Order: sequence, then C-alpha cells, then structure tokens
Amino acid sequence: MKIEDKLFLNRFRVDDESHLRIIDQALCLNQCIDQPCLYICPANVYRMEKDHISVNYEGCLECGSCRVACPHLNIEWRFPRGGYGISHKFG
Amino acid sequence: MIENFDVVIVGAGPAGISAAYILAEKGIKTIVLERGAYPGAKNISGGVLYGHDLGQIIPGFAEKNCPIERNIIESRIWYLGKNGGLSLSYRDKVFSGDRKFNAFTVGRAKFDRWFADQAKQKGVLVVCGTVVIDLLRDNRNWVIGVNTDRPEGEIKAKVVLLADGINSPLAAKTGFRPEPKPHQVALAVKEVIELPAEIIQERFNVEPGQGVTIEILGEITQGMNGVAAIYTNQHSLSVNIGANLFDLSKGKIRPYELIEKFKNHPMVSPLIQGGKPSEYTAHWLAEGGYETIPHLCGDGFLIAGDSGMLFNALHREGLNLAMTSGRLAAEAIAEALAKGDFSRNGLKTYISKLKNSYIMHDLKKYRKFPHFLNLHKEMFTTLPEWTNLAAREMLTVNGIPKKEKQAMIWREFRQRISLLNCLRLLKDAWRSVHGE
Repeated sequence: MKIEDKLFLNRFRVDDESHLRIIDQALCLNQCIDQPCLYICPANVYRMEKDHISVNYEGCLECGSCRVACPHLNIEWRFPRGGYGISHKFG
Repeated sequence: MIENFDVVIVGAGPAGISAAYILAEKGIKTIVLERGAYPGAKNISGGVLYGHDLGQIIPGFAEKNCPIERNIIESRIWYLGKNGGLSLSYRDKVFSGDRKFNAFTVGRAKFDRWFADQAKQKGVLVVCGTVVIDLLRDNRNWVIGVNTDRPEGEIKAKVVLLADGINSPLAAKTGFRPEPKPHQVALAVKEVIELPAEIIQERFNVEPGQGVTIEILGEITQGMNGVAAIYTNQHSLSVNIGANLFDLSKGKIRPYELIEKFKNHPMVSPLIQGGKPSEYTAHWLAEGGYETIPHLCGDGFLIAGDSGMLFNALHREGLNLAMTSGRLAAEAIAEALAKGDFSRNGLKTYISKLKNSYIMHDLKKYRKFPHFLNLHKEMFTTLPEWTNLAAREMLTVNGIPKKEKQAMIWREFRQRISLLNCLRLLKDAWRSVHGE
C-alpha cells in the first residue's frame, strides 16, 4: 500500500496556509548532507523537487518528527489552527 | 474571553481530563482547551487502557457507557526473525472474571470524547478547536494563564496544567521542558485494519468482547531500537510499529515502508488477511524515561502525562501514567488553592504524590532501560536471528544427531556475538530492569 493511499484513508480539514515552513531552502540544498526529512516523515510531507524541497503539509500527521530530527533545526513547526489538520476517526 | 478560571488545562487527553474531572468534583472552576475539533481528534495510542487507573477517577466506568473495544484476556510476546518467530503467551480466566477490564482496548477518538463528556457532566468547560500558543506570565515570571489562537484569546487562571502531550511546540517555545532529542523519542505509525468481529474472534481464539494483545520485537525493526504491537478491537485490528527517531533518521528508513514490511511478515499477514485499512496515524512515544522528565511544577503551573515524559517504555504503559499523574496534579492543585499558594512551593506536593505512587517507582526502577536498548542493538539483529535459527534447527527432523545440532547452534552463536559481549548484555539487561 502506497503512502498516498494510506493518507487517503484519513480525515483532514486542510487550512489554506501551511503550518510547516522550511526556514532556509539554501541550507537544505547546500549544507544538509543526510536530509532526514525526506525519509523520516511518516506522511512523506517533504519531497525533493528540481531545485527545492516541497512541503506537502496537507497530509501532515502532526507527529513533530521533522522539527526535532532536522540537523539544522531549519523547520518552523506549529500546530494547524484550532480544528484544522487531521481528525482521527478511530485514533 | 476575559473570564477568570481557577485552573486552565491545556489538552483534553487522558491527563488533562482526569485532572479536570477531579477538580470539578471538588467544585473548582476549570476550563480545558483542546486543539482538535473534538477531544481525541489528535490523539492516538496503541491502544490499551488499564482499568485500575481509570477506576480511581470514574468508579464503575464499564457501566457508564465507556467505549471499550475488547477486554484483554491474553497477552502474547513475539520475537521475530525474518521468516517466522518465537511466541510466548499467557491467558487467564481471571481476566474475564474477577480482574475483568484490567486491560482493554480503546479507540481514542471515541474514548477521549466519552471521558471528556464525563468531565463536562461534572461542570468542566471543554473548549475545542483552540490552540494554546503561549503562556501568560506576570512580572515575577509566574505563569498566570494562557494565550490561544482565538481573537482576544487570553485566559487567566490561578494555575495552569500542561497536559498537551509529547509533541509540544508550546514547550519548545516557552521552555517549560526541553525539546526532545531524536534519540529520546520513538516514532510509531499505526494502521487500523477493519475485519468482521467473528473473524477476529476466530483468528485470536476468543469469545465476543474478548481480545488479545501481541507485543513484538525482533528483526522487523531492521536493526533499529523499536517495537511493534497488534491489538484486537471490536471490528478492527490496531497494527503498530515504531522505532527510535535517531535510528530511523540514521538508517534513512521510511516509516510507511517499515509498516508495510511488517504487515507482510509471515506471522502478521495471516492475522490481517482480507482486512480493510481504515486509518493511518503517527505519534511519538517518550522513550527517554526517568532521565528526561523535566521539573514537573513551577510557579503557577504543573505538567502531567506525556507532556512530562511519563512513559514506561518496557511495559508499554502511558495512558495509565497520564491519568494518574493528572489525578495527582488535581489533588495538589486543590490543596494549593485551599492554601492560596500557587507558587512552586505551594504546588510541589504534586511531586511527592508522584514519588509515592507507582509512577516514579516504576520509572526510576527502569531508568537504565532506554539506554540498554540503544546500546545493545543485537536485541534487534543477531539475537532474534540466532534464536530463530536455534528453534528452526532443533525442530527440523533430518537425521542429524541432536548433539551435533547443538554444537552447530553454539558455533553460530559464537560467530555472532563474543562471550564478553554476551556477558555485558546479560549484565546490562539485568541492571536495566532490576533497578537500584
């Protein structure tokens, strides 16, 4: 089962604005060797594009892993606005 | 909101609601702020709940429509190799008799909402869809309330209870506890897989309403410090797997691929076969143990549950620690309110209550356990591989004398692990669970 299909099972209320932000893209591209955000995110939020890392916040499971695992602490992370983001059906 | 409360609680999870329930029973004006659209909207656990701790807050909970999935009558432990595994299980009639609801499964979306409803009936105000973004402090730097993401969202109170869970940007911002380091948390992912109740009963050999837990270690975590678990719900199975965040990061392992491999393991796939996945979630576990517990009270505030890193990694207990720490915090708050002293000094009876409870006794006893698992990765690599090999060879009937087989198994063991390392492993294992 692909990650896209897993996320499709969930109930999300998506805000217009992202609650996740890469502070400095250049740092990711030029200085970050391991780029753990591309692997450890359970929702595959961070994806390598041609010239930047995209932040697909819509499927974020709100675990916080990217924030603490980023070796440069280069991710600005807040909770989605009240009532937005994932809402567990079973939990 | 300009209203003043005696107590503001951040988070409508088990710690926050336990505290709110006890406070309301004592007639203390309490508000609970929850960021989800409803209590439980953001919460996950494996999820086994323990009746003892819940019963101390709501006696007779089972007769009060508590949304229990299945009463656990059997616990299994698996030690898995690549193609199979060892299994140890314990079942006892007492768990469907005198000790019924010692442990039972819940879905947090339903359970937390029910729990919050019980507190509301006692007079607690629960406000959902509200994120606490900062703490209010006075000129002495005492916490005197919270600020939320609502317009004019300041709420003042005599005491603030932080029960906002392990992932806390509020903690990171205000510093009431340090942000966890990757090696101090495990990242777990969970899939809920729907199956008809009769099929679950058949596959796990239980009656309607009864359930089984399986705690799983071995090569499934691909050499990382981690565990998996399968729990039976009424109409679904909870399939969980998690690993230390530092290990995941280092190994460049994708959690959704880890759970897919786990689901395809020959011990797992027959249990979930034909099931329909219905939810996929992720959450941290506070794996750091005793050493990572912050100061749990300060001037005007206390911390309970996961937010205070109260989690027993060896016994996979968290919900009960959350509920009991919430209850003890409420008792300490009530005493502080009676004295009119909300300083750290006035609130610190919370700490002695925790120290006298099983919570700190257990966490202190296992204080070396998190380090043990990080130090001895052979628990997840060579040991499961070797134990599986030993069982496989001894069970294969092929004309080779048993003595020869034993010699071969011993040789295989020595190739994988030195005697010195083996002794060190045994010594560290003993020390990590024996306590001082």
